Amino acid sequence: MATKKIGDVILDVKNISLSFGGVKALTDISFNVKEHEIRAIIGPNGAGKSSMLNCINGVYTPQQGAITFRGKTFSHMDSHQVAVMGIGRTFQNLALFKGMSVIDNLMTGRNLKIKSGLLMQALRLGPAQREEEFHREKVEHIIDFLEIQAFRKTPVGQLPYGLQKRVDLGRALAMEPQVLLLDEPMAGMNVEEKQDMCRFVLDVNEEFGTTIVLIEHDMGVVMDISDRVVVLDYGKKIGDGTPDEVRNNEEVISAYLGTSH
Amino acid sequence: MHTTFPQLLLKHASERPAAPAMREKEYGIWQAHSWLALAGLVEQLAAGLHQAGLARGEHMVVIGTNRPRLYATMLAVQSLGAIPIPLYQDAVGAECIFPLNNAEVRFAMVEDQEQVDKLIEIRERCPQISNIYYDDPRGLRKYDEPGLNALDALIEAGKAFASQNPSWFRDEVAKIQPGDVAAMFFTSGTTGNPKGVVHTHASLLDRAMAGASFDKLTHAEEVLAYLPPAWIGQNIFSYSQWLACGYVVNCPESAATVTIDLKEIGPTYYFAPPRVFEGLLTSVMIRMEDAGALKRKLFAACMNVAKRVGPALMDGSAVGALDRLQYAIGDLLIYGPLRNTLGFSRVRVAYTAGEAIGPDLFTFYRSIGINLKQLYGSTETAVFVCLQPDNQARADTVGVPCAGVEIKLADNGEILVKSPGLFQGYYKNPTATAEVLTADGWYHTSDAGFLDAHGHLKIIDRVKDVGRIKGGVNDGAMFAPKYVENKLKFFTYIKEVVAYGDGREKVCVMVNIDFDAVGNWAERRNLSYAGYSDLAQKPEVYALIKECVEKVNADLSLDALLAGSQVSRFLVLHKELDADDGELTRTNKVKRGFIADKYKALVDALYEGKTAQFIELQVKFEDGRSGSVSATLTMDDAKTFSPLKAAA
Repeated sequence: MATKKIGDVILDVKNISLSFGGVKALTDISFNVKEHEIRAIIGPNGAGKSSMLNCINGVYTPQQGAITFRGKTFSHMDSHQVAVMGIGRTFQNLALFKGMSVIDNLMTGRNLKIKSGLLMQALRLGPAQREEEFHREKVEHIIDFLEIQAFRKTPVGQLPYGLQKRVDLGRALAMEPQVLLLDEPMAGMNVEEKQDMCRFVLDVNEEFGTTIVLIEHDMGVVMDISDRVVVLDYGKKIGDGTPDEVRNNEEVISAYLGTSH
Repeated sequence: MHTTFPQLLLKHASERPAAPAMREKEYGIWQAHSWLALAGLVEQLAAGLHQAGLARGEHMVVIGTNRPRLYATMLAVQSLGAIPIPLYQDAVGAECIFPLNNAEVRFAMVEDQEQVDKLIEIRERCPQISNIYYDDPRGLRKYDEPGLNALDALIEAGKAFASQNPSWFRDEVAKIQPGDVAAMFFTSGTTGNPKGVVHTHASLLDRAMAGASFDKLTHAEEVLAYLPPAWIGQNIFSYSQWLACGYVVNCPESAATVTIDLKEIGPTYYFAPPRVFEGLLTSVMIRMEDAGALKRKLFAACMNVAKRVGPALMDGSAVGALDRLQYAIGDLLIYGPLRNTLGFSRVRVAYTAGEAIGPDLFTFYRSIGINLKQLYGSTETAVFVCLQPDNQARADTVGVPCAGVEIKLADNGEILVKSPGLFQGYYKNPTATAEVLTADGWYHTSDAGFLDAHGHLKIIDRVKDVGRIKGGVNDGAMFAPKYVENKLKFFTYIKEVVAYGDGREKVCVMVNIDFDAVGNWAERRNLSYAGYSDLAQKPEVYALIKECVEKVNADLSLDALLAGSQVSRFLVLHKELDADDGELTRTNKVKRGFIADKYKALVDALYEGKTAQFIELQVKFEDGRSGSVSATLTMDDAKTFSPLKAAA
């Protein structure tokens, strides 16, 4: 098999520190993400993985450090602006509109791309309708891609958890992100669902060239699909490299398996 | 009909160029392919394959679900005088090795990454495979397997050739004769290697036309193609008859959306094996049980009227005015909306075949106004041997011989068939051919049956499976395993049954519960369970199955011929019988002998009168890995009825 082309650094995180009162969630974290790669952030519970994602997409503001995205450096990210710049994300504890259909949920992901105003849309005026059709087509491609055709009109709340996760991914894809942040995409899934999700993540990366930053607990998954891995423990970076390098890193082994002091 | 499949394509393309030939739902919209566009696509594919070196008389496999480009490829292959072989898309790699090597296949057209992976996996054992074309490029971008190409690339290459040689395609098509081999179908076969059934354009088209004229099919029919194209039934309905009649074949979006697509398309001509009809009915009944009290009462009342009046109305016999009125009200309130929900609003002719259908199931569909009928045929006969006329559909017969067919019964009860639709023989297997196709032109179906008083054919079982009880109270009684199995399978709670009794003193059965139906039944009774195996072994479930077995016994005791086939003991299996584990054929028929060996411990325990038995089994998962499943199964006795008591 041919190897994929990994580009230059697209997202650079430098010396990030984040604390909540006396709790230091992240201490002096630096790592970078290259274009088209799958970058994993791993670590035990409470290591600061989700906090790291939240800093990147502007939910949290770190006290120190800077994030550079496509050459622009920010001391803190604004979550709306992050989305406009092309960073999408999924959530560990699904944040979907449970009462709305799959299509409607995916259409919300197109929100930023819709140009026509509220009044135009409410009155279904020509341009607004044409625009809606255009976005609906985009959404249909995502439905096809994620193989959820059978559930188009099903309210999301009625779907099994594994499929809801897929819809969550679909909504993030709908905004056509350049970088996709996935917060534990396989959490709570059975083996088969995990395999499906792995395939979708790999396909997103391959078909759309989307750069993926993912947090995951399942080591098997991480080691199989990631190009590079960052390891956090108690808010500190203890390892960074290819899955093989990380696997043989003494500090990582002791963080995961414990040490006999 | 003196013609061939590619000629028919050109005929439709010139007579009705803009009419839709196929529709495929993609991106949420039904996309139509006109006959003209399809003919163009076939020409390009044929040109591409010709350039790639596909030779006259050579075989090419197509593997995938029902897609316009799959059928277009079959037509393209036939246009070159080569022979398409559709293979089952859900077969595991190892199962494809024999057909590929047997027919020396170099060319393959497959649907997607899953099928490509399958061929790559077995490529070492089929070294002659040189060209693999895939329809859907998803996930295949990084593959650099030699000989692997996108179908789009083949079409592009063909386009250039076709535009330089505008008359080439028509010349090629004109060379094909009706007597040429048109396609080969591999029968799943319950024993040994599969056999390639060779059919000509003439044999397939003759049967397609016979069926079409029997039911007066026109080019206005709508058909939904959702069963495997490798199965001759699907191939007749969405290929042979499609080209013979020129109607529209609709391809569903995915396997999961078939029920939605069925409702949207509203086919006029429909075909499904009994298990599909059963699945639909089960889903209706489960939803009905969840409905409110008023709806349930209304449903029950209307269904009673339907049961009483519906079949008579379908048969065209006399029905009183009051009954007619009641039925009309029921039709307005329940049957009509129900037909619509099932996607059967426009069905003019619906067929079921392949397995026996339960009388309740059969009557249900006819009673709500769906013209469901049965037919009899096999791969070797190009399907149509017997068909039920519109007004004479019965659950226990398979109809009258259709045009061109002669039927004769051998001394052992075997049904012999002579028809213009008979196959040429099994590919490279004259011994097997000689066993079933005798020199006098009769095909031995290996089904045992008889013609009833109205000239309708009735099937009992496979000839070789009809056995005798040996020893015990029923010594020498006739034992028809499939007959017993089917009677049990007619209960919604039972999905699969294997019956043993030949050469033994009593009949014992192993049962697979229907997970949906029994699961729902259990939930309704607040019966908690962890999964299939756990549910199967619940004492309450045993009681439920026991009730079914005893009802069957009571029924069998009334049958003078088969009273000795009553079931004495049974057990419920902890795993579903599965084609991937070799327990079922690809068409979901139980492989009785194989199962007897694999589950020997259980069968022995049944006959030894044990009440429980431990067993450990190897299973294959869908991703190709294997593991083992073990359990201790309970066995139970069932009450049997003496034939005398029933008669008294």
